[in-house]
Amino acid sequence: MSQTRFTRAMGQDEGGSARASLDAPFGKTLAELGRQDPRILGLTADLGKYTDILPFRDAFPDRFINVGMAEQNLIGVAAGLARTGYVPFATTYGVFASRRAYDYVAIACAHSRLNVKIIAGLPGLTTGYGGTHQAIEDTALMCMIPGLVVIDPCDATETMAATRAIAAYEGPVYMRLLRGKVPVVFEEHVPFEIGKARWLRTGSDVGFISTGLMTERAIDAARVLTAEGLSVGVLHVPTLKPLDTRAIAAFAASVRHLVTAENHVTRGGLATMTAEVLFDAGVSTRLTRVGLPDQFIECGVVASLQERYGITTTRLIAAAAAAAAS
Amino acid sequence: MQTAQSPDIDALRRRAGNLRRHVLLMARGPGQGYVGQGLAIADVLAALYFHEMRWNPQDLTAAGRDRFVLSTGHYSIALWAALAEAGVIPLSELPTYGADGSRLAMSTMDSTPGVEMIGGSLGHGLGQAIGMAMGERMQSSAARIFCELSDGELQEGATWEAAMAAGHFGLDNLVALVDCNGIQADGPMVLDMEPVASKWSAFGWATREINGNDMQSVVDALAAARDTAGRPHAIILRTTPGQGVPSLVTREKSHFIRVEPHEWDALLAELDAGGIT
Repeated sequence: MSQTRFTRAMGQDEGGSARASLDAPFGKTLAELGRQDPRILGLTADLGKYTDILPFRDAFPDRFINVGMAEQNLIGVAAGLARTGYVPFATTYGVFASRRAYDYVAIACAHSRLNVKIIAGLPGLTTGYGGTHQAIEDTALMCMIPGLVVIDPCDATETMAATRAIAAYEGPVYMRLLRGKVPVVFEEHVPFEIGKARWLRTGSDVGFISTGLMTERAIDAARVLTAEGLSVGVLHVPTLKPLDTRAIAAFAASVRHLVTAENHVTRGGLATMTAEVLFDAGVSTRLTRVGLPDQFIECGVVASLQERYGITTTRLIAAAAAAAAS
Repeated sequence: MQTAQSPDIDALRRRAGNLRRHVLLMARGPGQGYVGQGLAIADVLAALYFHEMRWNPQDLTAAGRDRFVLSTGHYSIALWAALAEAGVIPLSELPTYGADGSRLAMSTMDSTPGVEMIGGSLGHGLGQAIGMAMGERMQSSAARIFCELSDGELQEGATWEAAMAAGHFGLDNLVALVDCNGIQADGPMVLDMEPVASKWSAFGWATREINGNDMQSVVDALAAARDTAGRPHAIILRTTPGQGVPSLVTREKSHFIRVEPHEWDALLAELDAGGIT
């Protein structure tokens, strides 16, 4: 008899990685940055505990503002603070930052190019709480807003580096948040440059173009496929806007097949933007899209849902093998 | 402009009359505009820009300045009038209101000097005003934030998200100026928002309700809102669309007024005949 698996309570570690992890890399980095830059503030809308910002609150209680469950006001207040010279980091879940506060992100922040950083928890399919909490289309929405930087980091190391980079950057940013015990994929400290992709691995048969947590899986899939005799490359694209089109076009030209990998619906996000880049550059490499389907996803256990909806290493291996055999 | 202990009420009334004249001259260009609202809010803007606010027309982004946040971006006509009266915008530019390429747009954009935020998407102003008030307070600045919003805008849920936060955080450097003119885009109030004042009181604001077209009342209410007892201030302004131009007041209440070319001289004459309002 198979053992029943249960949905974890909000905020409990969902796991899914065999790698070592770091705890709350975003919040700890923000606290460290707060010591260097008195302009940095922490804001949340009743999700401080669940967006890893409590290390900042504990270090700087006078620079932490919890506006209650009111995401439109969260972004509006952040915009007003930015207008008085502060650098507000506002945390909530991606679904609320995008679906509920979109007008405020677009007009109050991006239109005025204000220095607001929006940190969005539960990206894609990283919670078993169902469609209300799974931000499956957030980066597509955010990439449509003129002037907004959109980042989907891969791991703890990159989350820390990206947090430093966006604090130093003058302008509005939307960053997906990996919270809790976040795997360490990139072992050493890597500089993060907004708008730059990272060519992690060169291959000629199949190339993964991946973003967010899917890059960990693409790296793992590439190792397995290489052991099976395929030549596999990996291009990690943590900044979705501005997109590193040059790197994508060059990488695409270096392989026979491309497989995009994103923790997001495969329309409007990395896959769609990659297809546009290929078309514009006149690159005709075939493209297989791995990501979430165009549908709302039910409640359940995250690992089980990720298997069911195909954002696992296994799925990437299968997609790449099928592409190489075609 | 510096806060005076004893304002010259007649002088402020003349300023308001000037703002109304600017409003009519602006709308005359396109033959239309948010004239009713512009005329109705003129007294408040005259009191703010020429008496209550500490600001410098020569240094519009000075740190620690008092700020006027116009949430209803379509009231831009009144803001342009005030900025022109203060010398920020040349009077000769007023006829470009609403023209293609003009910085005096029908809705506010913060690319125009003197505009503190992009209004127009209603429900945005108060939240941003709260952020500004918090920011000034954290810097131990004495600056105050004056946020205009309208009765129709009270139907936006975000207004109340902001209202409850301001009460909670005790932002006594924040003044909400709630323009209750009784009209919205589809005509008279689509949803009844009354009682407006007790709603703000219930959210923790020190609230007073006045005739927003009576200069002495406006000046007194703004003076009372200097109190720093730990509560934000709401001034409920009962205003009359078209105030100062009788035929526009009696005209069917309209959110967006169109005026025929031959009517403008008559309207200006009505304004002048009224003297100080």
